[in-house]
Amino acid sequence: MDLKFTEEENAFREEVRAFFREALPEDIRAKMVDGHGLGKDDIVTWQRILNQKGWAVAHWPVEYGGTGWGPMQQYIFQEEMQRTPAPSPLQFGVYMVGPVIYTFGNEAQKAKFLPRIANIDDWWCQGFSEPGSGSDLASLRTSAKRDGDHYVVNGQKTWTTLAQYADWIFCLVRTNPDAEKQQQGISFLLIDMKTPGITVRPIQTLDGGHEVNEVFFDDVRVPVENLVGEENRGWDYAKFLLGNERVGIARVGVSKQRLERIRQLAAEAHEDDRPLIEAPWFREKLAAVEIELKALEMTQLRVVAAEAKRGATGKPDPASSILKIKGSQIQQATTELLMDVVGPFALPFQEEPEDGSNELPVGPDWAGPAAPTYFNWRKISIYGGSNEIQKNIIAKAILGL
Amino acid sequence: MDFDLSEEQRLLKDSVERLLADRYDFEARNGWLGGDPGWNREMWAQYAELGLLALPFSSDYGGMDGGPVETMIVMEAFGGALVVEPYLSTVILSGGFLRHGASAAQQAELIPQIADGSLLLAFAQTERQSRYDLFDVATTARRDGDDWVLDGAKSVVLHGNSANKLIVTARTSGNRRDRAGIGVFLVDAEAEGVSRRGYPTQDGHRAAEVLLDNVRVGADAVIGDVENALPLIERVVDEAVAALCSEAVGTMVKMHEETVEYLKVRKQFGVPIGKFQVLQHAAVDMFVDLEQARSMAMFATMMAQDEDADARRRAVSAAKVQVGRSVKAVGQSAIQLHGGVGMTMEFKVGHYFKRATMIDATFGSAEHHLTRAAGAGSLIAA
Repeated sequence: MDLKFTEEENAFREEVRAFFREALPEDIRAKMVDGHGLGKDDIVTWQRILNQKGWAVAHWPVEYGGTGWGPMQQYIFQEEMQRTPAPSPLQFGVYMVGPVIYTFGNEAQKAKFLPRIANIDDWWCQGFSEPGSGSDLASLRTSAKRDGDHYVVNGQKTWTTLAQYADWIFCLVRTNPDAEKQQQGISFLLIDMKTPGITVRPIQTLDGGHEVNEVFFDDVRVPVENLVGEENRGWDYAKFLLGNERVGIARVGVSKQRLERIRQLAAEAHEDDRPLIEAPWFREKLAAVEIELKALEMTQLRVVAAEAKRGATGKPDPASSILKIKGSQIQQATTELLMDVVGPFALPFQEEPEDGSNELPVGPDWAGPAAPTYFNWRKISIYGGSNEIQKNIIAKAILGL
Repeated sequence: MDFDLSEEQRLLKDSVERLLADRYDFEARNGWLGGDPGWNREMWAQYAELGLLALPFSSDYGGMDGGPVETMIVMEAFGGALVVEPYLSTVILSGGFLRHGASAAQQAELIPQIADGSLLLAFAQTERQSRYDLFDVATTARRDGDDWVLDGAKSVVLHGNSANKLIVTARTSGNRRDRAGIGVFLVDAEAEGVSRRGYPTQDGHRAAEVLLDNVRVGADAVIGDVENALPLIERVVDEAVAALCSEAVGTMVKMHEETVEYLKVRKQFGVPIGKFQVLQHAAVDMFVDLEQARSMAMFATMMAQDEDADARRRAVSAAKVQVGRSVKAVGQSAIQLHGGVGMTMEFKVGHYFKRATMIDATFGSAEHHLTRAAGAGSLIAA
């Protein structure tokens, strides 16, 4: 047992940390630090900087543009990116559909899509959930009927994050309504958002933001060449994708960065004539979250070290469900702590400032996003398989219940 | 970053676990509790034979040169078997004073006797008013010629009833709650002026109230800096806390295992109760709490010997917080999920719960350590 990073790993950490510090544009960094929302341009700009460096799709196999780093380096890379704090490359392309395409797609699909995903030439969104199919995803009803060399897609997807920017959507669709088990009648389709018959309608979330959408499909004709893998095998690909999603989901670096920032801000905020950070109730609450995070970091490192040792099998460790549960709880706890710090300045509802606006915010600049983030981040224990679904997974896969 | 055991460590783990599986029967253990000294001397001899009593000591004095990971292995196994022998008192706490504070002569004299099982030691520190404050010492040590004369009362001295020698903290100068002016003394348990009243603890271990009335010891009884031993005491206790965290993990592993097993065999409404989602999720919560505690016990193990006292203290306190919270959650759920039988002395699960609960109350509860951690700065910088 040795819980220290090797010299090579520390040198690697320095290298990526230096790059992130230098390469991340200051305006994006400032928005990240204060929790202001990023625009499409911010995400595209940053991912292209990463891609220039060869790091946009760091975890992909080398032949598709990946770095060949081992699990521990991938972990350090992600942690440093989160601590900078720099935005993640676009989740839906880089972490979700990209790996499905290079694992299950054909050569034409790989050649057509992978480089464009890496350079974010296409903005991807995810068409899984439906109004009647959330946790019970396999009950989905959006249908795809074969008509010559096309599928004709009808139905509705929901919670489609940033579909308003999207060029493409990857969808689970029902191709065989008569399959013995509903999981066996699902296929994985790539759909161009410009195809006639697609309507995107915004859903406003609690924080007042427009992040998610409903997407309607009305006789949308999709060429059969956009089917990934085999027809009716889509559920397997979806499970693969969701497993990948869980691995990075602890977001230890994000919580670290936020707690460091909260500690800083709590030294500036005052209560009873002393810095808030010196109030016993606050510093114990902060310490309790830090301790939980330390424990999560060690648990995460145990998972990563085990993965490094046995070699990437592509199969997610069921223990990664712990990471989702604790990771989401801790991220949410950081939003509560920030609410404690901002105090009364949580109240004003303030639109995101337009670039170049000289209107002064109410309260400190960092106070505005506190309440919206607290509201918005309730999503973390819901998306990617709710925490209750994660518990079902652990009960079955680990406890054998 | 490597969380795996070495080949030798795996062998140690296997042999301790095999010994306990063969010899540490739950019924037999319960029989030992009622007798004198409240644990089993044959087992103690077995530990000596296996080298466990020599484990953390330097080979210069007949030890095995084991490190914190070896201690972690033994303590987790002891937690899993509900071991009641005075290993923490003799080998970890008192042994810690010898390793970190004693002269070469003291080590050469005492360590071989610990290793062969003939010498039992106890750490007499807590006082009626001190709660968990290691610096709160009212017992006095007065210099008299070359000798020291000790007066005071020590409370809840773990395994003080059976110890041959006591390691006593006493004030050599200053006021009761001063951090300076504390010394550590080795006192023969049978010395004139020492009186002891032994009693069982909630978890089946033993402890004693110890009175020191004009107890005279020589200059060779002093361990470490007689005017400023608090750093030594804190270091030893930090190591002991790390060891206790591992023992607690051992109890939680068993509580979780037994509970999951029970959910599979106990039937109500015509099905194993483990089919009910509300119970599945409770069992998963136990699993998450256990794994988080295990992570922190490993962290504390690796940090307990850190030369940077602040980093060590932060890590150990953080681990004790996590472990304290986990044992409460895991233990309470283990009883709840067993239902009525969990309430009985007959079922083992309640005994794990009691031991785990007492570990939280030993050397600082979760809340005590949370206050300490909160005052010690950020845990996550790096």
